[in-house]
Parts: sequence; C-alpha cells; structure tokens
Amino acid sequence: MTLAAKTVAEARPAGAEQDDAALRQAQADRLLTAWRTPTGWRYWSAVNNSEVGAWYTATAFLFMLFAGVLGLLIRAQLLTPDSDFLSAELYNQVFTLHGTVMMFLFAVPLFEAFSIAILPEMLAARDLPFPRLSAFGYWSFVIGGIFVCGSIFFGQAPAGGWFMYPPLTTDYSPTEYGADIWLLGLSFIEIASIAAAVELIVGVLKCRPPGMRLNLIPLYAWYVLVVAGMILFAFPPLIAGDILLEVERAFDWPFFDPARGGDPLLWQHLFWIFGHPEVYIIFLPAIALAAMIVPTAAQRPIVGYSWIVLAAVGTGFLSFGLWVHHMYATGLPGISLGFFSAASTAVAIPTGVQIFAFIATLLAGRVILSVPMLFVSGALAIFVLGGLTGVMVALAPFDWQAHDSYFVVAHLHYTLLGGMLFPVFAGIYYYFPFVTGKKLSERLGRRAFWIMFVGFNVTYFPMHLAGLRGMPRRVFTYPGDLGWDWLNLIASVGAFVFAAGILIVVWDVLRPKGRQPWSERNPWNAGTMEWLQEMPDKPWGVRTVPLIRSRYPLWQQENFVRDVDEGRFYLADAEELKRETMVTSVLDADPIQCLRVPGPTFKTLIAAVFTGGAFVFATFHWYIMAGVSGVLAIAMILNWLWTGTAMVPEKPTKDVGLGLTLPTYGSGPASVGWWAMFITMLGDLTAFGGLIFGYVFFWTIHPDFPPPPYGAPGIGWLSFGLAALVAAWGLTLAARIVNGRGRRGAMRAALIAAAVLGVAGGLALLAAPWTAGLVPTAHAYPAIVWVLVVWVAIHTAVGVLMQLYCLAGSLAGRLTPDYDIDIWNVALFWHFLLVTAVIAYAFVGLFPLAT
Amino acid sequence: MTAPLVIAAALVLAACEGPQSALDPAGYGAGRVADLFWIMAAASAVIWLLVIGAAVYAMRVRPGRHGVKATRMLIVGGGIVFPTVALGGLLVYGLALMEDLRAPAAGGLRIAVTGEQWWWRVRYWPEGADRPVELANEIRLPVGRRVELVLDSVDVIHSLWIPPLGGKVDMIPGRVNRMVVEPTETGTFRGVCAEYCGTSHALMAFGVEIMEPDAFAAWLEHQAAPAAPPEAAPARDGRDAFLAAGCGACHTVRGTPADGRIGPDLTHVGSRLTLGAGILPNEVDAFVRWVGATEEIKPGVHMPSFGALGEADLAAIAVYLESLQ
Repeated sequence: MTLAAKTVAEARPAGAEQDDAALRQAQADRLLTAWRTPTGWRYWSAVNNSEVGAWYTATAFLFMLFAGVLGLLIRAQLLTPDSDFLSAELYNQVFTLHGTVMMFLFAVPLFEAFSIAILPEMLAARDLPFPRLSAFGYWSFVIGGIFVCGSIFFGQAPAGGWFMYPPLTTDYSPTEYGADIWLLGLSFIEIASIAAAVELIVGVLKCRPPGMRLNLIPLYAWYVLVVAGMILFAFPPLIAGDILLEVERAFDWPFFDPARGGDPLLWQHLFWIFGHPEVYIIFLPAIALAAMIVPTAAQRPIVGYSWIVLAAVGTGFLSFGLWVHHMYATGLPGISLGFFSAASTAVAIPTGVQIFAFIATLLAGRVILSVPMLFVSGALAIFVLGGLTGVMVALAPFDWQAHDSYFVVAHLHYTLLGGMLFPVFAGIYYYFPFVTGKKLSERLGRRAFWIMFVGFNVTYFPMHLAGLRGMPRRVFTYPGDLGWDWLNLIASVGAFVFAAGILIVVWDVLRPKGRQPWSERNPWNAGTMEWLQEMPDKPWGVRTVPLIRSRYPLWQQENFVRDVDEGRFYLADAEELKRETMVTSVLDADPIQCLRVPGPTFKTLIAAVFTGGAFVFATFHWYIMAGVSGVLAIAMILNWLWTGTAMVPEKPTKDVGLGLTLPTYGSGPASVGWWAMFITMLGDLTAFGGLIFGYVFFWTIHPDFPPPPYGAPGIGWLSFGLAALVAAWGLTLAARIVNGRGRRGAMRAALIAAAVLGVAGGLALLAAPWTAGLVPTAHAYPAIVWVLVVWVAIHTAVGVLMQLYCLAGSLAGRLTPDYDIDIWNVALFWHFLLVTAVIAYAFVGLFPLAT
Repeated sequence: MTAPLVIAAALVLAACEGPQSALDPAGYGAGRVADLFWIMAAASAVIWLLVIGAAVYAMRVRPGRHGVKATRMLIVGGGIVFPTVALGGLLVYGLALMEDLRAPAAGGLRIAVTGEQWWWRVRYWPEGADRPVELANEIRLPVGRRVELVLDSVDVIHSLWIPPLGGKVDMIPGRVNRMVVEPTETGTFRGVCAEYCGTSHALMAFGVEIMEPDAFAAWLEHQAAPAAPPEAAPARDGRDAFLAAGCGACHTVRGTPADGRIGPDLTHVGSRLTLGAGILPNEVDAFVRWVGATEEIKPGVHMPSFGALGEADLAAIAVYLESLQ
C-alpha cells in the first residue's frame, strides 16, 4: 500500500481546524475567485465543464429540433399518396439530413455533451482533466454542425441516405457537394467526438475522488467508460471509410469502383463496423440515465450493480460483432449470416439483464412516480417493443422481408426513441434543476409525456404493418392502391401530435423562470454526489473533494453533505488562486497528483475556426485555402499547448488537506496527458486498422494479389524507410531517458537526429510506390497501397513536429529533466507510430511476397 | 362472442392484403416467413405484456418494498435463463429455415435481372436457349416451380423485392447475386426496388405475374418472337415517328431497325402489366404522358422528355407502342 493510499484509508473528515466560519468563508472566496466564470462577451471564452457542457447540450438539442422539423416534412410528404409537397430531390435531401443530424449531431454528441456537464460533479471533481479540449470539441461541433445543416438551404445537402452507400455517393451523386459536406463535415465532428471520448475516459479513470474504488463509481460513470471506449473503437473505422470515400470523390482513387478493382461492399463493412456499435453508443447512455433515475425513484440503491456493469461491458463487446446484420441482403454466404444472426440475437441477453435489474430495483424499493420516472417507464414500454422486433430482424430469413422496409423504420425508431429520446427527456426533467437551479413544471411534464407517448406510438406503430405490406423506406411517394395510404395518414397525424408534446417540453424549458423560487437542494432526494451542489450552483464544481466509502454517499455516509459544505475534505482551499482538482489511481482511486487545469481562453475557439476552415474549404476543393487554414489551425493549437499545458509549477508539492501532500506535476503514466495520448493513439491505430481492413478486403476479392498487371512496390525503399523510422523512434526514446538523467545536450542532439531520420523515413516510404510506378487512380490496389503509405508519412510528419516542439521546449526551459510531460507523451506517440509503420511494412512490403 | 372475433380476424386479414404484401404470401419463402412472423409477433406480445406488467406492478399495483433476494431471481431468470432458451430455439429454427429458403433451383429456366436507374432489364433463358429473350420491368413466373433469379446492377446498388414471393436480395455493381423464388399461387403482384438508389428510387417498381405453366410457356414463346409490324394507319405512323425521332438509339424493337441497348427493350411493351417501371397503367394516354413528360413523371430519369415532338406524333407513337403486344 502506497503512503497516499494508507493516508486515505485512515483519513477522517477534518475536525476542529475547519470549525472557524471565517476561515471557511475565506477559503470559499478564494475558490470562487479561481473558478469565476468570465462575464460579458468574454463569457464565451469559458472552458469549465459546467459552461461547455450546458452549451454543448443545448446545441445538440437545437440540432434535434431542426432534424425533427425535417422529420415532420417527411411525414407531411407521406400524408397522402402521390403527394407533390416536396420534390423528389428535396425529399431525398430531407430524409438524408434527418437521419444524419439525428445520429451525428444529436444522439452521439448529446451523451458526450451531457457527460461533460455532469460527470465531474458526479465524481466530485472540479472539472474534467482537459477543459480546453472540451471547449475545442464544442466549437468544432458547432461549426461542423451548422455547415452540415445549412447545406439544405442551398439545395446542396447530402442526398445519399445517412449511410451514404457508394456508388450512389461517388459516380451518381444526386447533389454536387452533398456527399463531400457529409464526409468532411462529419469527419470533423467525429474527431471532436473522439476527443471528448478521450477526455471522458481519462476523467472516469483518473479524476475520481479518493477512496472511490472502481466498484463504487456511479453506474453512469461506468456507462461513460463503456460508451466512450466504444466511440474510441467504432468511430475510427468510419473515419477510415470517410477518408477512402472522400479520396475517391476528390481524386478519383477507385476504392469502391468495381470497374477498377474496387468494391462498394467495402464501404458497407466499414460503415456498419461503426454503425452498429453506434446504436449502442446511443442506447447505453440513456440506460445510464435510467440507472441514475431508477434508484432515486425507488429511494434505494440499485439492485444488481455488478450484473449491470457486466451487462454494459458485454453489450459493448457484442455490439462490435453484429454489423453484418445490416447486410443480410447483400448475398453473403450462409456461414456469415449464421454467425451474425447468433450474435445479433445474443445481444438481447445483456440488454434484458439491464432492464430486469431496473424492474428489480423498482420492486425492491418504494417507487415515487415523478415525471422523470414517467418518461423512463414510457421508454421501457417503447424500447422493449423495439427490442422484440430487433430479435425478429436479427433472424436473416425474416430480415430479408423486413430489411429496407418501413418495418425497419418502425423498429429503429422504437429502439432509438424508446432507448434514447424518452430517457433523455427523463434526464431533462431530472437534471434540469442541477443545470439551472430551477425545476421544470410537474404539470406540463406529465401532459407532455402523455402527448409524446401517444403521438409516438400512433406515428411509428402503423409503420410495422406498412413495411410488411411492402412499403420500402426512403420513398418520396407511393401509389394509393396498395393499402398503405391510411397507415401513412395515421402515422403523419401521430407525428404532429408527437411534435406537440415535444413543443410543450421546449416551452417548459424556455419559459421565463425569474419569479420561480430556486429549487430545493437535492430535489429528488438522490444518493449520488452531483446533488451536493447548491441552488443556485457555484462554479467550483464541488466545495471540497470528499472521501468516498460507498456508492451512494449522500444516503450512506453520515453527515456527508455537512462535511462537504464545511470543507472538511481535500482541496478545500485555493491558496494560489489556481484551478485545481485531484488525480487518483485507476483502480483504487489513491491520490496521485494535485492537477492544475487551465482557465478561460479564446484560443480553443480560434483553433476550432481554423480547423473547421480546413475541412469546409476542402469540401469545395479550394485546397490552397484549406491548406492555409490548416496551417493556421496547427499554429493556433501549438500556441495553445505551449501556453496552457505542461506548465512548470511554482512548487513541486502541495498540502491538499487531511495530512496529504501531493505533487503538483506528474509525467509519464502518472499524468493525465500520457493517458490521453495513449487512448487517442488506440483510436488512431484503430482507424489505421480500418484501412488495413480495406487492404485485406481487396486481397479477398482479387484471385491474384497484387492484382496483375500491378506489381508490389518492392521492399527496398520500404525497408530503408522502416529502418529510418525505427532509428528515429529509438532516438526519441533515448532523448526521453537522457533528459531524465539531466543530460540536456544529449537529449537535444538525439531529438535533432530523430527528426532528420523521421523526415528521411517518411520520404522513403512515399518513394516506394512512387518508384514502382503505382498510379493510384488506375486501380484499387495501388490506391490502397498509397493510402497506407501516406497515412504513415503524415503520422511521421506529426511525430517530427512533436520532436521539434520538445526541442523548443527544452531550449526555452519549459521542458526540463524534472518537468518532462511533453517528451514522455511524444515518446509514447512514437511507440504507436512504430507499430503503425511495422504493420504498414508487413502488409505493403512483405504480404505480396507471401501471396 | 365469436362474432366480434371473426370480425376482428377479418379486419386483421384485410389489413394484411395487397399485391405487394409480405403477409399475403403467394410463394413458398414468403409463406414460411409470414408464419414465422406471426409466431414471433404472438410471443413478443406475451413477453411485452409480462415485462411491462412487472414494471406496472412494481410502480402502481404494489409500490411497497419487496425482498431483494426475490428480485435478484428476476434478473437471472428474466434477463438470462429465459432469453437464452427462447433465443436459442428461435435461432436454430431460423438458421434451418435460411438454408431451406436459399436452396438452389434444379436447372431449367434461368432469369437474369439487372437493376438500372430506375428500371429493370430482364432476360429469360428458356431451357436450351443460347440467346436470352430480353424484356423489361416485368417478371412472369410459372406457378409451383422453384426459379433462380441472377441479379446484378450497372450503376448503383438496387435491391429486388417481391414481398408476396419472398425476401429481397441486393443488386450490387461488380457482383452477381442469386435469389430463389417458388410461387405457389397464380395472380398479379408487384415488386419494387428496396435499396435507396437515387432521386427516383420510389418510382422503380415492376409487375409480377404468376401463371399456369402452359400459359407461361406460351407467353415466353410470344415474347421471344419479334414485334408484329403495325397494320393500321396511326400505329404505322407511330412507328415511323418513333424511328424518325431516334428512339431506336436507346430502345430495341425486335423486327425493326431500332436496336438501341441503353433503355428498355420495347418489342412487346404493349403486353406489359405497367409502364415506366411499375408507375403508370399500360394505356395509350399513359404512353403519351410518359414520352412527352418523362422528367416530370420520373425526376432525374436518363430518358429525355420528347414533348417537343408535338401532339400528333406523340399520340401516334403512343398508339404504336401500345400496339406492341
């Protein structure tokens, strides 16, 4: 047991030394000064999780309302047969954008947005470990989202369906820029999503309060961990697919063109390897909300905590083995269909465990049927039905009938709205006082629920029948003599009823509440720590970082609220007026470090604008402007890193209270930055895996590989390049080690040599397909070889930039033998780069020799 | 007591009928899947009632505390044991059914269907034929015989779906897929493209006719023959106008100089169930509208509108095409 662990194990809330009210007031004042939210126009420079989380959530809701209006346009068009309310072109843009916005700008980001707002308080942390990264992610999301949504007002929205199957999105694109807007606009947002996921994972793993062992964390945080992990491995294959599809559109590299060795099915695999986990990425956070609301409603701890955690993790794993059930009709062999049918039905089991654990909790407790619980109940009724039709479509023979019909439209809305929208509305009512300090109306809430519930079922239930009576999805019109007319009429009427219910909630949220009294503290009598907050809220997140011994400290730890209010735990003061939070160990939450987090800045907003510019300009093929914007973005990000991260503290350690002294700086695995780099690079490696999947896929569809007349690039240049990269990696590692030993000169020399070798290695890799005369537009094989090589080369360029950044840091005295976060993280980047380069070498260089 | 049930049953059945309904099967595969659906639907209804019943019981009927031990049994029993058994059984049944539905047809008639934006090129190879009989936007099949359809696409991904006969199979550029159907009842049905394929995806359908084997053989023999030359005046003028307007650059009418391969074969277009790939009735007036305002009827269609030909020529062409029985 470490000293810190021992101290924590024996610690008790502070006694007499905190009894002085004047002292406590002085502490609180200093904390408020450190955490003060900027005012006026500078408010938008805030980076604190409470602000960014609230903006993020509100923005995601605005996108939801926009997509909801698109949904109403769809229902208005289908109200009657042979309708000419919308033209075919516009209708196809409307339904594509409806799905795209709901999925990418609402369902996935909402979870991250909301978690940013709530997770730190739930874990009694003062902020997330990388507040500026959250802000950067938020601004990227806003810019990308407006870009994607705005396209429809120019008649240039994507029109390929939200899963964008080529060749419809390559050679036969219905709108000129639509597919590019989809690919680039969403890639930009996906990167922001991954950034948020990294931050949330590190937040759960490293920023818990002392004593909160992994088996004590709130269920919501478990779900955050599972879902963020899924984002980390599910989004990268889509990004790989986006890269291939955009490169085909922009530069005519034929990955999906069967005439030149490509295959449209590759996109479907990459898309659904993302797409099916995505369903659970959307669904599990909603379950997480229910896992917080249900125990509160039942006024007792959850029954089956371990079962729920296992089920959530199990769902996460299984969800990566289901993707082919979106492709049952593509003519795959029976063995694949059997395997994926089995996995698809099996996922019902962990889902069932979670639902039954909630019912068990309700049975074991005394239920208060509040508005949040009402929405959870409605969600249950809807989602269970969606789950049951899900089992039906998991069976290939039934799916061959249901696939791409309105039955699937009904099924997916039952699962997504029952499994996401209704729980989210429960969350709105439950957490509204947490975010704003005011309660929503019980009366309006009940009314809204029943209107939404009835409207929902009237809208979507008839679609099951319409689908089985032969109505395909994505049709802008239909004939009146097939018996679909009255089903669609009912559905359309229901949609407007449903929308009326949502409008009531919108009104309840927006109605002026100036005269309404502040909500009482902990209005639902919940047991978890986010409800420690005062009404109205203070910006410090939590008055003091408490000791945790139970899953529901507000219910299970004596005098807990009083002790927190009186600052009787850790970090009750901000002597240096700096923003501080605790870093603890992954498993047992033993204190490791007092982390200083950065405060307000506009740099993240500016960086997001330039990054957005790079993507937006590229959409219109204005590559020079895109390049300039990209360079400015990199410069801005470097400036942000240089001035806001890895700062040398004024003192090496600090007394955080209760007899515990912690370092103010940590590097390597002890630092949150190292973990973030590690997790990010896992995602990066997964994206590379997506490209390798493409390479192997081409091997499986071409009887001869490399497909004649194209020859392999040979291993000469590749071997030289790999050797140079290995040497650069070794020198980077050596630089880290010698720096730690205080030999700064040797470290600088090693970095210079490593950078030179890195450049040489990257260029040598590019030389391999170049000298072999491989033309990427000729065939899918040279194209995929080029993509792999360029991927490694770009990563090498980033790696060299990082080496130079460390060199500059060393020269400027901000990277020293004692304060060496940057070189640790850069060395870690190079570990992953080395793995990437070796894999690329094996596939591009060695694989053709073996075939 | 039985009367309302009979009425309810009749209503449900009526709600499932239709020429494009998977719940009104006319083929072996669709019949098996419809049975499977009803069984799953009934089981789902029971499960849904039990789960929701348990929740309502916990929240409204007996909101008081129950023993935690008993409730844990609910998690294990309801969450693990029951679904494992039920899903295991369903899966075994489903996989066996899958093999049954995909078992190949025994030789004989072969039909190839190609999806094109937004119509269907259909080729029949009668037994022993060395050249296909090409037609478009219509599939006719003999009743009681398992037939294989060979599917591909020339542009984007389409999906061939005839709900009363069975499930759908995608038509993917660069790949060849197979689909097996086995009609069990005669009648007229409708098929559609199920995979979104661009602007007029909604307007890509086709007629399906299940015939007695003799009638089918006679029909196919007739389709193989060239078009009969028009006898009366308007049709003859129509043919001349058709050829003069250059329609033959894209369309074939066997027995005339028109031998284009881009659009649908029109040799017996007048005999078909529908016009414009399942979207218009096969009538002279519909031909006039179709040829004169193609883009208006089917947005994005590759065929240009020939409204500039003038009413007289359009009317004559329509009569001629309609006469191609």
